[in-house]
Amino acid sequence: MIEVININKTFGDNQILKDVSATFEKGKVNLIIGQSGSGKSVLAKCIVGLHEVDSGQVLYDGRDFTKMDRLQRKDIRKEIGMLFQGSALFDSMTVEQNIMFPLTMFTKMTRKEMQERVDFCLERVNLAGRNKLFPAECSGGMQKRIAIARAISMNPKYLFCDEPNSGLDPQTSILIDNLIREITHEYEITTIVITHDMNSVIEIGESVIFINQGQNWWQGDRKSIIMTDNKEINDFVFASDFMKEIKETLKKH
Amino acid sequence: MGIIQNIGKYFMMLWIVFSKPEKWRIFRRRFFEEMELIGIKSIPIVALMSAFMGAVIALQTASNMDNPLLPTYTVGYITRSSTILEFSPTIISLILAGKVGSNIASEVGTMRVTEQIDALEIMGVNSLSYLVLPKVTSAMIFFPVLIIFSIGLSLIGGWLALKLSGLSSTETYIYGIRFFYRDSDIVYALTKTVVFAFLITSIASFKGYYTKGGSLDVGKSSTEAVVSASVAILIANFFLTQMFLL
Repeated sequence: MIEVININKTFGDNQILKDVSATFEKGKVNLIIGQSGSGKSVLAKCIVGLHEVDSGQVLYDGRDFTKMDRLQRKDIRKEIGMLFQGSALFDSMTVEQNIMFPLTMFTKMTRKEMQERVDFCLERVNLAGRNKLFPAECSGGMQKRIAIARAISMNPKYLFCDEPNSGLDPQTSILIDNLIREITHEYEITTIVITHDMNSVIEIGESVIFINQGQNWWQGDRKSIIMTDNKEINDFVFASDFMKEIKETLKKH
Repeated sequence: MGIIQNIGKYFMMLWIVFSKPEKWRIFRRRFFEEMELIGIKSIPIVALMSAFMGAVIALQTASNMDNPLLPTYTVGYITRSSTILEFSPTIISLILAGKVGSNIASEVGTMRVTEQIDALEIMGVNSLSYLVLPKVTSAMIFFPVLIIFSIGLSLIGGWLALKLSGLSSTETYIYGIRFFYRDSDIVYALTKTVVFAFLITSIASFKGYYTKGGSLDVGKSSTEAVVSASVAILIANFFLTQMFLL
């Protein structure tokens, strides 16, 4: 479980996060949604320590990340897997080397054990046998799946996904969403997904946090998001007339 | 950002770069990869530049020797001295600042804007040490080899130019090259090269690592890296010359 307590973050004179508190539960897909510039990516980067918070706490199963030194953070980071918006695969490495990289850096596995782990991870994301390809030779959807394979190679306790569906077609998006949900349930991971994709909200949103104007504006699950009367969240999630119709239909049922 | 702030940030970066590598085995592998990329792949341009540089120095010197009081071996002597003291270490380093510096800045800058550096950090890898330390150390070790190679080729270039133009005989040129030779000149040239190698790779890495934005900004970082490294080389050259020769 990850808890954030009263996080504040300012860039220059611009306060991006204002006293944000939230709980991200273990074994669930926790979604952070919000408009562009609302502060959701900054929140995620604060949680993983890519940005330092001005004040507040980030607790990884009770361990306060904000008070840790570099070496203590390093230990926590070995428990984190992250899927970046642009996949962030290492261009100069093959698919296999990308997935093997954290294993090489942080484990004492033999070459054979690492190879087995790579094959297992690739099979898990339905990319068995693609070991020797370079990222540039893979499609956007494949790159996301390779990034997921890399993220799970170290058996993470926490998985972060930044806009996992950006730039993907609806069918591939559903594939990635399902993969994230399955992995989360299978390995009891605390998963945090930052997304704009309303399909994802409805499909995998077991816990949803709506960030608006740098604040935790609303929190609930995919069912309550349909029923809520909160104006801001309705304007954001059900922006189009089509979505409004869907909401009304869903509410009736 | 002010220049003082940038210099402070640069030294803070160096502090992290020179921390203990995560795994020596990985460092060793990266070191040799970088040596190939930075050093061995620079051999053709260094060879071409050096040979022509030596040829031009020899021709210029020979064609300007009107005074009958000057001995004929002066051509060899001047070619050797200017090559060892300035042309090979400084001019070749400036060329390498362009080739290697822009390569490093664009490579690291692209890794920054495509979140590959963030990915390393999230994994718990010290990205600065992992990316920059092998570049800096391999350049500091391999650039002196390149400069020795450059000095040799430059002297051969000078000899070939004189031989083909008939401005001096081989014996006289070789006598000039050996005349009043001091080992300390080589030590001076190599010391300068090590300092220049450090400046080129660390400044380029700094510019690349702190790139913000997109591909346009990677291009800007690359240009800034070359300009800053070249200026740093010229300033360092001035102080090193004062320290060693005066």
